Amino acid sequence: MNAVPLGMPAFPAAARDATRNTTLRRNLRHATHTIRDRRAAAVAELDDWAGLRAAGAAVKDQTLRHLDHYLEQAEAAVTAAGGQVHWAADADEANRIVADLVRATGETEVVKIKSMATQEIGLNEALAEVGITAYETDLAELIVQLGEDRPSHILVPAIHRNRTEIRDIFRKTMGEWGIPAPEGMSDEPRELAEAARLHLREKFLRAKVAVSGANFLVAETGTLVVVESEGNGRMCLTLPETLISVVGIEKVVPTWRDLEVFLQLLPRSSTAERMNPYTSTWTGVTDGDGPREFHLVLLDNGRTKILADEVGRQTLRCIRCSACLNVCPVYERAGGHAYGSVYPGPIGAILTPQLRGTTSEIDASLPYASSLCGACYEVCPVAIDIPEVLVHLREKVTEQRGHVVERAALRAAGWVMRDPKRYTALQRAAVRTRAVHPRKVPLPGWGKAWSATRDLPALPAESFRTWWQHRDTPGGTT
Amino acid sequence: MRVGLFLTCVNDTLYPRTGQATVALLERLGCDVDFPLAQTCCGQMHWNTGYGRQVEPLVRGFAETFAGYDAVVTPSGSCGAMIRDNHPRAAARSGDPGLADAVAQVMPKVYELTEFLVDVLQVTDVGAYFPHRVAYHPTCHSLRLMRLGDRPTTLLRNVRGLELVDLPGAEECCGFGGTFAVKNPDVSAAMGADKLRNAESTGADVLCAADNSCLMHLGGMISRRKGAIRTLHIAEILAATETDPEGAMWARTGAHR
Repeated sequence: MNAVPLGMPAFPAAARDATRNTTLRRNLRHATHTIRDRRAAAVAELDDWAGLRAAGAAVKDQTLRHLDHYLEQAEAAVTAAGGQVHWAADADEANRIVADLVRATGETEVVKIKSMATQEIGLNEALAEVGITAYETDLAELIVQLGEDRPSHILVPAIHRNRTEIRDIFRKTMGEWGIPAPEGMSDEPRELAEAARLHLREKFLRAKVAVSGANFLVAETGTLVVVESEGNGRMCLTLPETLISVVGIEKVVPTWRDLEVFLQLLPRSSTAERMNPYTSTWTGVTDGDGPREFHLVLLDNGRTKILADEVGRQTLRCIRCSACLNVCPVYERAGGHAYGSVYPGPIGAILTPQLRGTTSEIDASLPYASSLCGACYEVCPVAIDIPEVLVHLREKVTEQRGHVVERAALRAAGWVMRDPKRYTALQRAAVRTRAVHPRKVPLPGWGKAWSATRDLPALPAESFRTWWQHRDTPGGTT
Repeated sequence: MRVGLFLTCVNDTLYPRTGQATVALLERLGCDVDFPLAQTCCGQMHWNTGYGRQVEPLVRGFAETFAGYDAVVTPSGSCGAMIRDNHPRAAARSGDPGLADAVAQVMPKVYELTEFLVDVLQVTDVGAYFPHRVAYHPTCHSLRLMRLGDRPTTLLRNVRGLELVDLPGAEECCGFGGTFAVKNPDVSAAMGADKLRNAESTGADVLCAADNSCLMHLGGMISRRKGAIRTLHIAEILAATETDPEGAMWARTGAHR
């Protein structure tokens, strides 16, 4: 996976800044609550949502169990339909394959459809290094690219921006990338969209090469599927001469019947729509219609390692709907950038540490970026038990070097708790010294972290068990 | 019915009144309540912080301590969920079939307090009296893991004198989250502040829940900010009666017998 952003602090430090940014808090609160409520309404319309969700999870599990079979089936079908299939073990290999394919066309520009996989591998940066410019054509990705920003949401990468900020970005930088923003453009959404339309249309008509990802890959026919709202993706899929799709190996579904389940689950979970406005499917190449050359780059980049982990493998069911982000109380306050990855929110907190490992400060802190409230699991359309995976990853983190003080403290607590006599003795000692217990602990560490905003509870004069033992009861105590 | 009270280490040490209220309430409803002194902690802090390997002795201790009761009642949705969801996982992982068996035996008898009242005793009016305006916060583990549903609010609605108000954003986490509160203190506090703002907007004088750990976090914020609302465990509301509205009797040693 793409490297950790340079100088990225651990999650708590990055999140601290976000909690103090009132504009960001307002933008995120408004956006996440709006989409969260709409999703709940869209899902409530279906009587069989629970059944659909179980089916989605089952199809993904079945496919992952026989992933080798379905990938080879997909490869054969794509090849038979005139496409070429490339296998990339990691980000570097995928980037090299795409760069070579673009260079072979003689072009130095590509248009891009919004794609998480290409962001994960840092494709735009890799192409720039060999002199190829990639133009993002999804409206929100365009805002991020023009603003030299980082995406902060899977579905709505510019969710942290309000329309005034977007107007300023368009005015300032659109001209450097192509058609400039019209004179006197206001921050009305219609005017902003029109400016983007004019800017992007010129790119679509000029581009000879497009790069996409895919939401699904249907193994039985070798068909790729992209679902979107804007139609910009369809422009990229149909106008250029060469199409290169970079697709994670977990995107495969066996049949069109299986696809039907996900085409119901995804739009309602992600944009709260019954059906997304544009669903594009393509199978290899077709004479006289669309690209003449099609390349599928199948990307592993850590996925088989996740598949080998019995608890972690459910992460690969993810269809990138972002329902978990929209409902997450931590994401709402911390914002997407605090996660230091193109995958923010609850799914990012389990996906990123599995893809990148937990050696960096940020990656080791991500499994802890959750109160384990379970809202993410509840809305997940493929029933990924995110809290279970978070706790599983926390165990991996605590088994690494470091955590000396914490490990010692929890070991001591465990030693006390496993023996009622020790537990009772410690409790009695605490009660005896209660007069000198502070309500604030100014020492660094957990005490200070608690006391910055909260008083400690006052210790009562008598624990329950002491009271119980002195209670005059006929039943007695044990 | 012989009920084993699993009070939890937090309540035992910090909130004995919740334990006293639970005992008074259950005895009032005809249960034979016992508090086995061998009980300590469910192991949730270790499990959720990533030290699951240390939980096994606690799981074993719990299963042994509570093996002989008709029912095990705990006034904590969170610790109840730890037992129900994670004790079997910890037992399975231990590789000891005896432990897995012991856990499987005790598990079906474990109830959160409101669940026990409504499902087992089949009581929704516990004869309580509490003349206050109350907001109920359904803590995450009560709501999503224990699935208490409307049991707590049904019980509260039948309390004489009590006015139950709707808490805006009720289903959002308060930000406690165990060690989350100290590992991510800024996000935790931001969530807590929003929860309190919502609670205060209702005009309630009491914010109640089925988990004292969440209330410890919220109560700590209220104490620091000198807020007007106070926190109270639901057991202390359900135990209050017209003859003893402040619980003076149930807190006194042996006085209610």
